[in-house]
Amino acid sequence: MGFRVIHPGVLTSVQDLGRRGLQQYGVVVSGAMDPLALRVANILVGNDEHAAALETTLLGPEVEFLDEALIAVCGGELPASIDGQFVPSWRAVWIAAGAVLRIGKAIAGCRAYLAIAGGIDVPVVMGSRSTYLRAKMGGLAGRALRVKDQLATGPLSMRNNEIIQRLSARAKGRSFAVGRWFPTISMAYEANISTIRAMRSSECDWLSPESQQHLFSASYALTKESDRMGFRLSGPKLMLTNSGELLSEAVCMGTIQIPPGGQPIILMADCATTGGYAKAAQVATVDLSRLAQIAPGAKFRIQEISINEAQRMYRDQEAMLNKLRHAATLIE
Amino acid sequence: MSSSHQTLRSSTTTQPKWRILPLGDSAVIVRLGNEINRATFDTVRALAQYLEHNAFPGFVEQVPAFVSVTLYYDSRRISLAEVCAWIEHVVPTLSQQVAGAPRLVEIPVCYGGRFGEDLEFVAQHNKLPPGEVVRIHANATYLVHMLGFMPGFPYLGGMSDRIATPRRPSPRVTIPAGSVGIAGSQTGIYPLESPGGWQLIGRTPLMLFRPNENPPVYLRAGDLVRFRAISADEFHAYPKAGSWGSA
Repeated sequence: MGFRVIHPGVLTSVQDLGRRGLQQYGVVVSGAMDPLALRVANILVGNDEHAAALETTLLGPEVEFLDEALIAVCGGELPASIDGQFVPSWRAVWIAAGAVLRIGKAIAGCRAYLAIAGGIDVPVVMGSRSTYLRAKMGGLAGRALRVKDQLATGPLSMRNNEIIQRLSARAKGRSFAVGRWFPTISMAYEANISTIRAMRSSECDWLSPESQQHLFSASYALTKESDRMGFRLSGPKLMLTNSGELLSEAVCMGTIQIPPGGQPIILMADCATTGGYAKAAQVATVDLSRLAQIAPGAKFRIQEISINEAQRMYRDQEAMLNKLRHAATLIE
Repeated sequence: MSSSHQTLRSSTTTQPKWRILPLGDSAVIVRLGNEINRATFDTVRALAQYLEHNAFPGFVEQVPAFVSVTLYYDSRRISLAEVCAWIEHVVPTLSQQVAGAPRLVEIPVCYGGRFGEDLEFVAQHNKLPPGEVVRIHANATYLVHMLGFMPGFPYLGGMSDRIATPRRPSPRVTIPAGSVGIAGSQTGIYPLESPGGWQLIGRTPLMLFRPNENPPVYLRAGDLVRFRAISADEFHAYPKAGSWGSA
């Protein structure tokens, strides 16, 4: 079981939910930039949520399936087609052996996830299949996909097989069949994300009162110097009231750092485990997925919320995912 | 309490003053001091060790650093208030925890030449012969304060100010894995090939990052490190580091 890469897209890599538990040794977490989309895509095809999938950025790949497969494309709006025919995102899709899936250019959002029943079978490195590009580690030989790469998928579960049977019965000779059901969670993604919610963090008061106000109200643009390690923002310069030097300590995805230059950096999935810049704020866990869908050049504001609110929204999201997981086993 | 953004707690025991600083909705920083000193280091180690053996339900992982330990938790399973209560209960008891004797780890280093292209510069900068730089560097005992920045990278304390040298004005595009460098009054070892601005004085043949081992690192926080000067022949006699990346 597997597929062959005809065109890799701009940046396509194998990701799961990341490497946990080894940050104390400096091991970077990595994993999906938009974990919500990855989890939903896996649920739709009947995988474990932690299964490895492809993360693709701005322009998706073109892949040929060597055997029949069950897939789902979730995340930003990168329109997919099979053998030239449009297929909707956020749905389980059965695809025949020999069919070609193409994930196009982003219309809205920035990243899409291609989950395949059985998960992508690359070696587990330190508990995860995620690619950490900078250290050339994990995923497929520690790198992004290239032309002619061939990837295998893992063994199918009963749940995977059930969905495959139901959908393939509907194909009636065509090279794909689309599941009717789709999760309402797909509506959590606005076409133009204008606000990201965050909480004040340990060194927020290192900023002048005016700069604190700017941080939580001004419009910031995501610059082109943004990647899986971090998003550099451009907007009103923020003034530190001291040297801005901190003894290095833990940072993580969503940490909003203020370097002496005064332009914020939001750390993303491949960020280092520790840092020495002032930590002004921390993006709410529920908004990390939305943040990952902001494309370079787009503008947004950071809105302050309380930890209580952020935790409540996180628990609400998980409750919704639980329902989705349950519903996914009933419907089709 | 749980509605405040920045919880500030101080203990009244013999501990240095400590505070809980939330880092968003899924982590808290336990700041155990404001500057690098023995008491703070011991408290950081004590909390890290305690957590290794007595994690609370919902605990995800920890990152000990110079003066803090950051605790990641699963806020679906435990609230901020509960995490704070646990920390407030544990931290005051930490002075009684026995940390055990530190490991003493020897790191062989081939100094100078093509292994340490900046040795001459470091010597000139400090008005010392290169051999004296090597002697000073190899005759100190260093403490691994923490790991971070990249997998297995040790933040070492204890370098003599006599060999302190500012970073290079522009960073090198690639520094080979194992490079031993100086940046200001710090010394460190690059576990992976990476760009960097440190002054390189030598290289170790040891792999500091070992993804197939558990833990995946050669040095750990709390270890004591000594460098031993070796020849180029000795360097090459060490087994070549294999390709460990992935399939």
